[in-house]
Amino acid sequence: MIPCPFRIRTVRRETQDTFTLELEPAGGSERFAFKPGQFNMLYVFGVGEIPISISGDPANAGVLMHTTREVGTVTKAMGRLKRGDIIGVRGPFGTPWPVQEAEGADVVIVAGGIGLAPLRPALYHMLAHRDRYEKIVLLYGARTPSDILYRRELQRWRAQFDLEVHITVDRAMSGWRGNVGVVTSLIPRAPFDPRSAVALVCGPEIMMRFTVLELQRRGVLPSQIYISMERNMKCGVGICGHCQLGHCFVCKDGPVFRYDRIEHLFERREI
Amino acid sequence: MRTLETILSEHPFFKGLPERHLKVIVGCASNVSFGEGEIIFREGEEANCFYLIRQGRVALEVYAAGVGTITIQTLDAGDILGWSWLVPPYRWHFDARVVEPVRAIALDGECLRRKCEEDHDLGYELLKRFAEIITQRLQATRLQLLDVYGLRS
Repeated sequence: MIPCPFRIRTVRRETQDTFTLELEPAGGSERFAFKPGQFNMLYVFGVGEIPISISGDPANAGVLMHTTREVGTVTKAMGRLKRGDIIGVRGPFGTPWPVQEAEGADVVIVAGGIGLAPLRPALYHMLAHRDRYEKIVLLYGARTPSDILYRRELQRWRAQFDLEVHITVDRAMSGWRGNVGVVTSLIPRAPFDPRSAVALVCGPEIMMRFTVLELQRRGVLPSQIYISMERNMKCGVGICGHCQLGHCFVCKDGPVFRYDRIEHLFERREI
Repeated sequence: MRTLETILSEHPFFKGLPERHLKVIVGCASNVSFGEGEIIFREGEEANCFYLIRQGRVALEVYAAGVGTITIQTLDAGDILGWSWLVPPYRWHFDARVVEPVRAIALDGECLRRKCEEDHDLGYELLKRFAEIITQRLQATRLQLLDVYGLRS
């Protein structure tokens, strides 16, 4: 429960309002093991602590990566940190993406906006063990072309023959040659077998709601869909109750949930 | 060589359409192609056809003074382009510009409107199909308007 000091190796600007911190243990040699989909509590000393999902490669336990958007006091302060600064880290917390359970099946990953960050470790894992999966399809929606995260990596993945990447933006000026439209519009024609595919979904809750509907329309069962929920996590271990969602604590029972297990909570307004 | 009738019958838009209706529709259909950058139609022009895109990508655009040309949606192979031919005053509401070379089947709207007036069963079948597409586009547009990736999310 006590934050461990981590040193910032690099601060990489991803888009106008998002950045990635690359951290290493300030003490030196400790390694930081995590599973794709888990999150850490990051503490900017003197400002506050917030939950941020881990966005790096789970196979590279020497470097910890977090991508976040500057929206609140803590993330704005985080964005002002520089190489060599120290940040507190507690974690990893939460449930992972079902990368083992998805073995042998098609995997369709639907990400919206900054929601690509928690899914990136799952992609790293699946690409490192490519022979264990059938088709892997990434459907990614962003607000505008300049809001697309991990551009270089997406281009590299796009060039691979064993991964399908489809990107769409909600709006664009006429120079953009890619898709324009909501991310759900990519689902009907995405090349995956709905009878066996496992879907991993992360993004704003309203986007996930419509994505789940579209996946179900395509024939994917609720038990094949996993979503990552975001709530105001505080303690990270299911004690404080800040992130309670019905009978679940998002920090401990989530953030990754199988959809059929929280379907009844997902659509409830008062939660 | 595949006939227009075969191509139309295999298209999801016409799935399940009785053969007699398909035969009538084929009479209003023709193969067309457009090169990159070409304008298929412009806002305000008379809308007298619609297209089944078989290959390529089309951007629906609108010009906003002081902002420039904004793409509001792109359409790809398998999509239907245009429904303004169906609703008075039969004018296009946006520009359609080719982003990637397009092969399509153009369906003559005037011809179809006439045939739908003569055969209301055909008209109802076509309207059901267009209603579905219009609904999907309306829902997608609403989601776009929500700006889910905006600052509040």
